[in-house]
Amino acid sequence: MVSGKGADVAAHKYRATCIIIDSLPQSIDHMVNMPLTLYDKLWNAHLVHEEMDGTVLIYIDRHLVHEVTSPQAFEGLEINGRKLWRLKSIVATADHNVPTTSRAEGIADPTSRLQIETLDKNIEKFGVQDYFGMHDARQGIVHVIGPEQGATLPGMTVVCGDSHTSTHGAFAALAFGIGTSEVEHVMATQCLVARKSKSLLIRVEGKVGRGVTAKDIVLAIIGKIGTAGGTGHAIEFAGSAIRALSMEGRMTVCNLAIEAGARAGMVAADEKTIEYLKGRPFSPKGEMFARAATHWKTLHSDAGATFDRVVDLDAASITPQVTWGTSPEMVTSIDGTVPQPTKESDPVKREAMERALLYMGLNPGTPMAEIPIDKVFIGSCTNSRIEDLRAAAGVVRGRHIAANVKLAMVVAGSGLVKRQAEAEGLDKVFVAAGFEWREPGCSMCLGMNDDRLSPGERCASTSNRNFEGRQGAGGRTHLVSPEMAAAAAIAGRFADVRQIL
Amino acid sequence: MEPFRQHTGLVVPLDRANVDTDAIIPKQFLKSIKRTGFGANAFDEWRYMDHGEPGMDNSKRSLNPNFVLNQSRYQGATILLTRKNFGCGSSREHAPWALQQFGFKVIIAPSYADIFFNNCYKNGLLPIVLSEVEVDHLFNIVAATNGLKLSVDLELQIVDVPNAETYKFQVEDSRKQSLLNGWDEIGRTLRHNEKIKAYEAARAVREPWIFNS
Repeated sequence: MVSGKGADVAAHKYRATCIIIDSLPQSIDHMVNMPLTLYDKLWNAHLVHEEMDGTVLIYIDRHLVHEVTSPQAFEGLEINGRKLWRLKSIVATADHNVPTTSRAEGIADPTSRLQIETLDKNIEKFGVQDYFGMHDARQGIVHVIGPEQGATLPGMTVVCGDSHTSTHGAFAALAFGIGTSEVEHVMATQCLVARKSKSLLIRVEGKVGRGVTAKDIVLAIIGKIGTAGGTGHAIEFAGSAIRALSMEGRMTVCNLAIEAGARAGMVAADEKTIEYLKGRPFSPKGEMFARAATHWKTLHSDAGATFDRVVDLDAASITPQVTWGTSPEMVTSIDGTVPQPTKESDPVKREAMERALLYMGLNPGTPMAEIPIDKVFIGSCTNSRIEDLRAAAGVVRGRHIAANVKLAMVVAGSGLVKRQAEAEGLDKVFVAAGFEWREPGCSMCLGMNDDRLSPGERCASTSNRNFEGRQGAGGRTHLVSPEMAAAAAIAGRFADVRQIL
Repeated sequence: MEPFRQHTGLVVPLDRANVDTDAIIPKQFLKSIKRTGFGANAFDEWRYMDHGEPGMDNSKRSLNPNFVLNQSRYQGATILLTRKNFGCGSSREHAPWALQQFGFKVIIAPSYADIFFNNCYKNGLLPIVLSEVEVDHLFNIVAATNGLKLSVDLELQIVDVPNAETYKFQVEDSRKQSLLNGWDEIGRTLRHNEKIKAYEAARAVREPWIFNS
């Protein structure tokens, strides 16, 4: 299942390509005979400067900015009298703190309001042009609107002060989350000080069964390699099951690369990638699009390229997944049971399992399908795109949420996703089924706004983190696909969507 | 950034793996637009009995006596000893800010999440990687020795246990120099501004759409 290769080979390959790119960057593909991974190609194309110890400056093409991790960076620029290096590289939005109820009333919480007003002011002060503020029809979760606007393009480096930036890797981009000091660094220099990661190829071959989604594929991957399984690596997701996914599905997979510990996840570009980008506001137009597309078609790992590590999964064996604990790796199949910690031999893991079960209020051996839920959240940068909403609506159409479900909410990823869903009548399907249809934003994925779980409440959530307190202090999160969240809402407990479809 | 060279301080053991940044500093405190003021809310949900919100007087809140950071023998600790994959989850730099403002200068663990690890260096907080065996051993020593202080020397790359062993740790040279000197990384990158401009000019020929969109 796992194969490796010597670090010396990687170092040699890396060094050879660096020297060439320094002198003749445009001819790299012709001059290097060694097959390259997609990650190698993206890395090499962005090298600006190399230090003796292998630390490099890499160039950043697209900088996505939101209100939570940018105020201190803008302030740093101001204190030091620095300007934005390339204004047009920035696309900004307000997403974490925005209310999902009517926007006209503004934000009640003064600290949330101040954070968004601070972004508004900084955007104006620094002259950023591409800002999708709280009242813009195109506002939304930064990782939804980047691709939606065509602001994320293949071959780009994309950063954002948010760990789920890995999402954009679905477009054969090198995309990763950064801290606020690095946000400031990119703003001021358009570069980052970086070190090349190791490469990890995750191949998912075969065809998934009915009711098994991109979310289930990636949760199964995390279940297999663990939340630190990809640490220090850039992941390329490949194989026929990944190729078969839509761009939305690929974004879901790459989004969760960080939950496997990898800062970056990526998928090679293909016709689907190119088709998705046609006609989007930031995409190149006309002749330039054709030229770009020709280049984008080279953004894949070459035959014979070597990876530091390879992991294989059989798509047909993947079932609908549900997490049972407080880490995304604590995941099982809907037809499974809550695991028994006493069967775990590693004492650190066993203790973590015991603590997780205590927090989650679950007993070992309980069938997942017998666990009742209190709330349902369909949304987040993982699963709030039009395809996710269509899939969830397909499950709830003509049905109603169970009596024990206190709140079921759908939060579209962007204003445009919401509008599209409404044009298709999906809002009516959800509302008729007892769901609330809300305004776009990060919402209950992390509860920085008012959308939170109360202590002890159990939620079927399409989001990305089931950490203690993530959706509200004492809240209990189970990560699932949109179809599984919809099925749970109808059943009032976790349910196997394959038996409903 | 303040330079980091040597540090000697009391160690507190946080015996959990996969401590995430949501636990280190819960989201409600991320609404601040400042870089300071996070220390009182480090590990807020574990540290206090009640639910914390920004603006509360933290000195009036009751502490959770079972949480290790609250135990009297560890008061004033400046070195955090913990388990693998520390700092996983969100990219929030508020996590190292909170740890640093709580009083930590050094963290020792078998591994860290990548973004958190990077963020520590940007703030002069030293995340040391020791092997699982070494970390296990340190947990045992800390438990057995009241008031155990460790000495860390970044120049020599060693962790010194008094009257016992010395552990060598690895650190990339550029990170080490940056910490030892307290460098302004942006200023150092801007020394290459001509190179950055030359890169942009060459790239604009290869992929002009990057600069038009």
